Amino acid sequence: MLFTDEHEMFRRTIRDFIDHEINPHADEWERAGMFPAHELFPKLGKLGVFGIEYDPAYGGLGADHSYTVVYGEEFGRCATGGVAMAVSVQTDMATPALHRFGSHELKARYLAPAIRGEMVAAIAVTEPDAGSDVAGIRTRAVRDGDEWVINGTKLYITNGVQADWLCLLARTSDEGGYRGMSQIVVPTDVEGFSVSRKLDKLGQRSSDTAEISLVDVRVPITNTIGEIGRGFQQQMAQFQNERLIASYMATGQMAEALRRTGEYLQQRRAFGKALIENQYLAFRLAELVAEVDLLRHYNYACAEAIINGADQLTITKMASIAKLKAGRLQREVADTCIQFHGGIGYMEETWTARYFRDSRLLSIGGGADEIMLRIIAGLEGWGKL
Amino acid sequence: MNIVVCVKQIPDPAEPGSLDPGTKTLKRATKLILDESDSYGVEMALQLADAAGGGEVTLVSMAPNNEVSGLRTALAMGAAKAILISDPALAGSDALGTAKVLAAAIKRVEGADLILTATESSDGYTGTVPEQLAELLDLPSVTFAKHIEVSDGVVKVQRQTEAGYDDVECPLPAVVSVTAGVVEPRYPSFKGIMAAKSKPVDQLTIADLGIDPSQVGWAGAGQEIVSVEQAPARESGEIFEDDGTGAEKIVAFLENLKVI
Repeated sequence: MLFTDEHEMFRRTIRDFIDHEINPHADEWERAGMFPAHELFPKLGKLGVFGIEYDPAYGGLGADHSYTVVYGEEFGRCATGGVAMAVSVQTDMATPALHRFGSHELKARYLAPAIRGEMVAAIAVTEPDAGSDVAGIRTRAVRDGDEWVINGTKLYITNGVQADWLCLLARTSDEGGYRGMSQIVVPTDVEGFSVSRKLDKLGQRSSDTAEISLVDVRVPITNTIGEIGRGFQQQMAQFQNERLIASYMATGQMAEALRRTGEYLQQRRAFGKALIENQYLAFRLAELVAEVDLLRHYNYACAEAIINGADQLTITKMASIAKLKAGRLQREVADTCIQFHGGIGYMEETWTARYFRDSRLLSIGGGADEIMLRIIAGLEGWGKL
Repeated sequence: MNIVVCVKQIPDPAEPGSLDPGTKTLKRATKLILDESDSYGVEMALQLADAAGGGEVTLVSMAPNNEVSGLRTALAMGAAKAILISDPALAGSDALGTAKVLAAAIKRVEGADLILTATESSDGYTGTVPEQLAELLDLPSVTFAKHIEVSDGVVKVQRQTEAGYDDVECPLPAVVSVTAGVVEPRYPSFKGIMAAKSKPVDQLTIADLGIDPSQVGWAGAGQEIVSVEQAPARESGEIFEDDGTGAEKIVAFLENLKVI
């Protein structure tokens, strides 16, 4: 993949922004269990981060996917994974379907302010009884004239406490299985919408995660994204954006973690020499650097496939592979970083502790490793496993 | 209002820098970036042009090898155009040589109302170019500005001092150096980055400026770096064992340092 001077300038802008506007607040936001999305997002909106590939008619940049790669890699360097995750929810999880399938009116009303960072968006798919098995969702939207009447519960909703609107997946007919679901934009200021709980998580603690209750929530039928009944398929396409950005961010995060660990091993002395002079430690880090570099270049292959307009099955398979490998590698890298730091690495005051907690999500969120394996196996033609 | 901002492109301070043993100066073969201390002047200029209801911000820079990446950053922030002077004869220029080149370039900018600089660069740190520039251009010079306002052909400056600030004013055009940190430089947005690609950068040599090579570079430098030495390693501090007189010993030690 060819990165031009403009890519490098964009990279520097994002890096400077993270260094000045996010990282100095990381500890405070981690303690608070939330970051001020309505303060941070408008600043990111000015940089163009929320509309990199989107139509300039709605305030997007109209750039190609290579700039999404740059943004993702740099956001991996956030000192708190929660903020990176929250930002990526807005860029690549809650808005791609709206941009791709939404009506002009819906995009003008919800996408444009999200691109400006004035509105915070969340994606609401998972439920207490349906996570990996998306087809098992029970949230139901029933038509009443020009409105949907929505009832249900959504769980593990990133940005859920602060969101202005949700991209909600609900059952809209009794067809069952993968049919009869629709994506609906639900503003959070409507009657019947409430945050039942702010959830306490192992990692990504600077990001608010909510359980959401919808009781007789009424929204116009025109809030439906794309075609009624095609929600599952549209959501599956949206998941590919989510998986790719997760992999881009992971490589930035892992590269930075390995760099910092290498630096520490050069300074820390034991048995009369710097730790890095132990071949086992140096080689183990080198091995991981090699793995991260391979993943980075696989990411670039994914990005090129998207830029070149590859078909949905190809993208699904590549995104699933990238996400699977990123999740597993991230766990290995985080575990190695904490191990090589020894006692101090286990302390909350050292970055490794937070990274260790944050790293664990990637193999679970956005489709667990086991779901990625199921998809890949399916695409290999090994049937429905 | 038309404003010229002098900007320097320097090796990225985040990368480990090194000195060239031959010239005893900083190696500049790497990619250069906009000196952060100049980003305040650029931001100030953009704000002043906005406040005046229009006008152009022109960058003037001197750098080896026609390097423009730092200029592109300032153009992406919103500057309209740039003049870059690159010439092998400029290698080794001291502060006065630099000021001569920048002054000659600034004279080519028509209708410049105000010339802004940083107070000093982050790599050379001589801190003398702004005053030299004013002298060479025969313009008033105000240094260490923390706030600038322009009205009716007069620039009003809050000039930072150790005790606070002085209110200073002088007629335009003038050269004003801007203290680092007094404004928040904007981040170059994606749109700004893309727009910067097509903004004009006028690349000149010293011949274009009519400067005699003997006046600049190693040939014209009135100063010479005679030798460069490693900073001495930090010595370990003094340890006072408290035998009941520890406090007195510490007080005596601090008094000796004249800190109390």
